[in-house]
Amino acid sequence: MSATTTWIVVAGAAIATMALKAVGPVVLGGRPLPDRLTRIVTLLGPALLAALVATATFAVDRELVLDERLAGVGAAVVALWFRAPVLVVVIVAAATTAVLRAVA
Amino acid sequence: MSSERTARDGMRSVAPLAIAVLAFGVAFGVLARGTGMGPVAPVVMSLTTFAGSAQFAAVTVLGSGGSAATAIVAAALLNARYAPIGVTVAPFMHGSVWSRFLHAQLIVDESWAIAAEGDGRWNPRVLLGAGAGIYVAWVGGTTIGVIFGDLIGDPNRLGLDAAFPALFLALLAPQVRTRTSVAAAVLGAAIALALTPFTPAGVPIVAASVACLIGLVAEDRP
Repeated sequence: MSATTTWIVVAGAAIATMALKAVGPVVLGGRPLPDRLTRIVTLLGPALLAALVATATFAVDRELVLDERLAGVGAAVVALWFRAPVLVVVIVAAATTAVLRAVA
Repeated sequence: MSSERTARDGMRSVAPLAIAVLAFGVAFGVLARGTGMGPVAPVVMSLTTFAGSAQFAAVTVLGSGGSAATAIVAAALLNARYAPIGVTVAPFMHGSVWSRFLHAQLIVDESWAIAAEGDGRWNPRVLLGAGAGIYVAWVGGTTIGVIFGDLIGDPNRLGLDAAFPALFLALLAPQVRTRTSVAAAVLGAAIALALTPFTPAGVPIVAASVACLIGLVAEDRP
């Protein structure tokens, strides 16, 4: 790929991301949201984080697949159940998946 | 008590996550270098875009021969969730427009999750400290990946693609303490999976935001 293409993408991705992150704080900054809206945005965390977990576990491009990642995430659930620290949870998931890949 | 958390508390809470993010940064550096972006562009991208999944997506599109426009749209779609995320923290960001703009750049999934106080409140100082910690780890990891890519090889051999959902799961766990929040999580995951086969990456995540509308109908009990 050409250097021009590379730098166009670097600049374009940066501008788009900066704008998306800043639009809420710049437009609404410092003003409280209406009560009903607060009740909704409180649930945005669970909804978005669960969506990220689900797609990162099952999606490869536009396909849903069952592979070694699921075993890793399963091991992470067990580690969380036993209240393991975050870093342990992440390492357990990676190690489980890596071992299964190595033996497969 | 928790409303008095400081930027330093944010940095302390984010340290274990930052180690994981450093590893993701290394993986991004390796991938980007492998697609022929050269050594400088991936690091500049981590400095200026600072959003892991979007950077992976943009570089993957480029690496598979896609156009610049497609790569930028992919990155924007994956980061579209930051618009509603920005709205959640907006009421707690004071100061000038520039200060709010810069502060907002430290919003990533990890810093946002750590800064949550529950009850729809977010701590801007924790967001700042946690965001700064993740930023250093992400940029540092990218630099390491770009420089030592040849020695590291394929990061997925080490199960890094499973570490990613595990990290988000660990961030999700403290946020599902009520029946309504569990329902929002299940619904969000279901929407994202249902749309995955039919839409470009990123759209399923944004669409999952709709799940939080159940807050309008459900009464929240622990």
